Amino acid sequence: MITFMNNSDSEEEPCNERTSLMSAESPPVPSYQDGLQASDTGEAQAHRKRRVGSSHGPNNIAGAEMSGSGVPVRESALDNEEEELTLKYGAKHVIMLFVPVTLCMIVVVATIKSVRFYTEKNGQLIYTPFSEDTPSVGQRLLNSVLNTIVMISVIIVMTVFLVLLYKYRCYKFIHGWLILSSLMLLFLFTYIYLGEVLKTYNVAMDYPTLFIVIWNFGAVGMICIHWKGPLQLQQAYLIMISALMALVFIKYLPEWSAWVILGAISIYDLMAVLCPKGPLRMLVETAQERNEPIFPALIYSSAMMWTVGMAKPVTAARGPSQQTRDAAEDGREHLRSPSHAESQMSETRSPLPTRPVTSLEELEEEERGVKLGLGDFIFYSVLVGKAAATASGDWNTTLACFVAILIGLCLTLLLLAVFKKALPALPISITFGLIFYFSTDNLVRPFMDTLASHQLYI
Amino acid sequence: AFFWLVSLLLSSLIWFIAVKASDPQDERLQKGLLIFGVMFSVLLQEAFRFLYYKLLRKAIEGLVALSEDGCSPISIQQMAYVAGVGFGLMSGAFSMINLLADALGPGTVGIHGDSQLYFLTSAFMTMVLIFLHTFWGILFFHGCEHRRWWEIAAVVIMHLTVSGLSFCNPLYVGSLVPSYLLMAAAATWAYLLSGGSAQNLRRFLLCKC
Repeated sequence: MITFMNNSDSEEEPCNERTSLMSAESPPVPSYQDGLQASDTGEAQAHRKRRVGSSHGPNNIAGAEMSGSGVPVRESALDNEEEELTLKYGAKHVIMLFVPVTLCMIVVVATIKSVRFYTEKNGQLIYTPFSEDTPSVGQRLLNSVLNTIVMISVIIVMTVFLVLLYKYRCYKFIHGWLILSSLMLLFLFTYIYLGEVLKTYNVAMDYPTLFIVIWNFGAVGMICIHWKGPLQLQQAYLIMISALMALVFIKYLPEWSAWVILGAISIYDLMAVLCPKGPLRMLVETAQERNEPIFPALIYSSAMMWTVGMAKPVTAARGPSQQTRDAAEDGREHLRSPSHAESQMSETRSPLPTRPVTSLEELEEEERGVKLGLGDFIFYSVLVGKAAATASGDWNTTLACFVAILIGLCLTLLLLAVFKKALPALPISITFGLIFYFSTDNLVRPFMDTLASHQLYI
Repeated sequence: AFFWLVSLLLSSLIWFIAVKASDPQDERLQKGLLIFGVMFSVLLQEAFRFLYYKLLRKAIEGLVALSEDGCSPISIQQMAYVAGVGFGLMSGAFSMINLLADALGPGTVGIHGDSQLYFLTSAFMTMVLIFLHTFWGILFFHGCEHRRWWEIAAVVIMHLTVSGLSFCNPLYVGSLVPSYLLMAAAATWAYLLSGGSAQNLRRFLLCKC
């Protein structure tokens, strides 16, 4: 349990980082040469990615950048087009995020429904020390609130610790921490998961095969996540580790605590990202000041060209297919912000010397992506998984929570398009999800059951 | 889909309150409450369809204002279709998914004297409802667009009729057959409204072969 805890510690930490959406303000690397040197010298520098971002189109970024650097901004003239592009690509961004979130949820729900292991109560994490097997309702409620307080304070401490490390440039330490946690996720949790799935389906597997499978899975995962790899593979690995993490939470968090924690963490997310002294906001701002991308391992990015990464991989960029589509737009945009484009280009080029660079398009691709923290994936999946596990075996509740979360994500992305800065992705979705869970479970279920038993249709 | 879900939520809230406030032993009252719940739910669904129409209208206006050539990338008819499909899918999913999950498990259909065709008829009924929602979406939005209130009223009445017919179950001939007829009528109506005609149809079919 101790090792588990230690590793979970590092797991908790990244969890906090992953909970926000940000507008991508790509920190431009000053020049091509610098970018190259940076990549040569330290992985740390070159591998940082932006935390979360939704890129609306180079126009917006260009506008922001130019105004930031004092260049006379043609923003007013560009505003209209920015907005139009924003809306146009808004839908694409939404779809780009719907697919991975849906996939993650599907994996979690499928596992919960089929593998008994994840719904059995087998002890609790050390982060939730109070048991819920109490005789009275009041006591149980109190215990769950106390559990939540403990969990949230652990998360706050970890986040602050990470921000401090980042501020004082202890990059190696953070590196090592993230590598350790992803190691644990990729090997230990996968081993447990595979074992349970095989048990459920009564499939025998000998140890050598198991070793080879897990070794390959884990090694490729580490490479994809921390170094280079095909985009889709990185995205797939990110989804898988988010699902694994969510499953662990679903198993080890006691019932009422899980719901209270979900609520509390969305409030925390709101405050941490929006308050001026919030740790996540400070992290984002520090990264932007230093023109470094934030830890790539903690963010899912749908359009980044970064395949080199730290810890939790931000699911990297789209393939080159999108580039050709955006080529026309990109070309147009690029004319307006050549310097910005160049810097982006260099940034993209440096960590990916082997990737066939299609210069302008690639940059635009990067700009077009949306980034979502991995913690968001995890907590969405926890909500849907818990709904699947504990809603009296009802699929309607699961479906309702799923739709609610997706709509929340839509709204958040809409707000992101409006505000163009880092936004917490958890609050709206989790609030909708919680409302729909409790209302569907208690109100809709008896109604639908009665209707179904009489075979009435509404 | 989300709007349908919210309407379902509200209607089940009303029904739930009504049930809790009433005597659970009185069969007739419960049945009456159920009927009331169903009708109310239908009305709420249509109300939410209207609200959704209003929302989409605003969205289209926004898109038109922002677009370069003065027309939005997605037309109101497409939105009507998508809205209908969303409503239909959500309604179908909620009706069928528990059934499907149970169908995977062991059991005998109708062992207590109920109809043995339960699964089959449920599947057909759900299918007809999904189609109907799609067509109703098109009709409804068209009616709202062109201010033809009788179209909207027709949609609401059709919906009420279909739900009411489902009260005939397990006398399936009373519920399935009229529903399918209504669906055919709605289909032709929606097709004609969307700009189709007999000639288009013939050309389409002939071109294919």
